[in-house]
Amino acid sequence: MSEHAIELTVNGHCHATRVEARTSLGEFLRDGLGYTGTHLACEHGVCGACTVMIDGRAMRSCLMLAVQADGAEVTTVEGLAEADGTLHPVQQALKDNFGLQCGFCTPGVAITMACVTRDNAGVEAPRMEDALTTAMSGHICRCTGYQGIRRAIRQLAGAST
Amino acid sequence: MKPAPFDYVRPASVGEACRVLAESGGGATVIAGGQTLMPLLNLRMSQPFVLVDINGIPELKGVSRVEGGTRVGPATRQADALEDETLARHLPAFITALGHVGHYQTRNRGTIGGSVALGEPAAEMPATAVSLGATIEITSSARTRSVPADEFYVGPYMTVLEPDELVTGIVYPDWPDGHLVLFREVAQRAGDFALVGLVGALALEGGAITRAGIAWFGMGPTPIRARQAEAALVGASLAGIDAEAVARAAVADTAPFDDHHASAEYRRTVGARIFARALRETLDLRSAA
Ligand code: FES
Ligand code: FES
Repeated sequence: MSEHAIELTVNGHCHATRVEARTSLGEFLRDGLGYTGTHLACEHGVCGACTVMIDGRAMRSCLMLAVQADGAEVTTVEGLAEADGTLHPVQQALKDNFGLQCGFCTPGVAITMACVTRDNAGVEAPRMEDALTTAMSGHICRCTGYQGIRRAIRQLAGAST
Repeated sequence: MKPAPFDYVRPASVGEACRVLAESGGGATVIAGGQTLMPLLNLRMSQPFVLVDINGIPELKGVSRVEGGTRVGPATRQADALEDETLARHLPAFITALGHVGHYQTRNRGTIGGSVALGEPAAEMPATAVSLGATIEITSSARTRSVPADEFYVGPYMTVLEPDELVTGIVYPDWPDGHLVLFREVAQRAGDFALVGLVGALALEGGAITRAGIAWFGMGPTPIRARQAEAALVGASLAGIDAEAVARAAVADTAPFDDHHASAEYRRTVGARIFARALRETLDLRSAA
C-alpha cells in the first residue's frame, strides 16, 4: 500500500505529515491530528456526522481520502468559534434552540449551516430558511426529532417565529 | 471502518491515467468524487489494487459548447454544474435532475462523470444521459470511441467500459429552444436513490410534439428508455394526448425488481401515476403560458 506526504491547513494550522493511501480524511483528522470534534458514525456517506469544510465547501470526510486533501484548507467544528470562545452564530442558534441533545450529529450540522449561511448571506428569510432546511437532508439526527434544529434554522434565517 | 489496502496514484493527464489503467491489468479503479465509490471501498465491497484519482486532470473538468451540443467533463463537480449558465440555458432537464442527486454535501464533491459512469440504475444522471440522447466519450491507451448513452449501460453498475478505459466527456445534444422538461421521482427521503423516477424532454411546434426523449430510473437493471411512450408522443397534438394511455405504454417498457424498499408492482403502479402526472403538468404549463 502506498504512503504519501501531504500538507494541509486545518483551522488555520499547517500540518505536514505522511498518510497511508487508504486513510479517510475523517479518520486522519481525528486519529492523526487529534481534531476529535469531527465525528465518524456510519463511515459510508449516509449520516453527515463527519461533515467538514474543505476549501470552504461542506463535504463528508468519510468519503474522501486524507491524501486527497493534500494542499486543502480544512475547517472542522473546532474552527468555527472565535479564539476567545465566542460561538459562531450557527452554534449559538443550535444552543439557544435545543438543537442538539447527545451532540453526535452536531459538528456536521454546524459545518453545513455555517457554509449555507455564508453562501446565502443577505437573502430574505424564507429563502435562507429554505436553503438551510434543504441542506439538512444530508444529516441524520437520532435525538432531536429535528424540531430544535428547525427552530435554530428559523432563528438563523431571521424569521419571526 | 477501513478500505482494504491499495496504492493511490494521482495522474496529471488523461494519457498518464490511461497508462496506469492499462498497466494495472484490471486491478485499478478510477475515483472522481468518490461519493458512491468511497462507501463501496469502506465496506470492502470494492477492493482495487490501485486507485486512480482523476481530480488532478484539468482537461476532465468544466462545461463547453461543441458542435450541436454541450460537453461536460466527467470530473466536473455536481455543485458547479448546478450553477453553470451554459447548462441552465441548453439543458434544463439535466439541471432539474441534478438538483435531485444526493445531498448538498455530496454534490459539493460528487462529479457528473462519476454518476454517469457508475451506472447505478436508480440514479438520475444515467437516465438523464439516456433520455437526452447523450454520447459518452471513452479513451484508453489503445483507442478512443464514442458510445451512445443508450448502449452504455448493460446492468446494475455494469457498463461497456473496459477496465483500461476512462470516460473523458459526456456530450448532450442540443434540444430545440423552449423545449419542455419532464421530471418526477418518488424517493423515501430527499437525496435518497429513487424508488421510481423518470426524466426527459419534449419539443413542441405548432401545438404538436416534434421530439421526445424520456427514460426511467429505478425501473430495471439499467436506465430504460420509454420508447413506446416516445413513439406515441411524437407527432401527437396536445389536444389528442391521453396521458394515462401514454403512461401505460411507458411502463410497458420497464422491468422493475422487487427489493426491500418496494415491490415491482408498486414501482409499476406508481410509475404510471407519476408519468401521467408529469406529462399533464408539463403540457398544461405550456398551454397556460
Ligand atoms: S460518517 Fe461520514 S456520512 Fe456518516
Ligand atoms: S443530537 Fe444526538 S444525534 Fe443529533
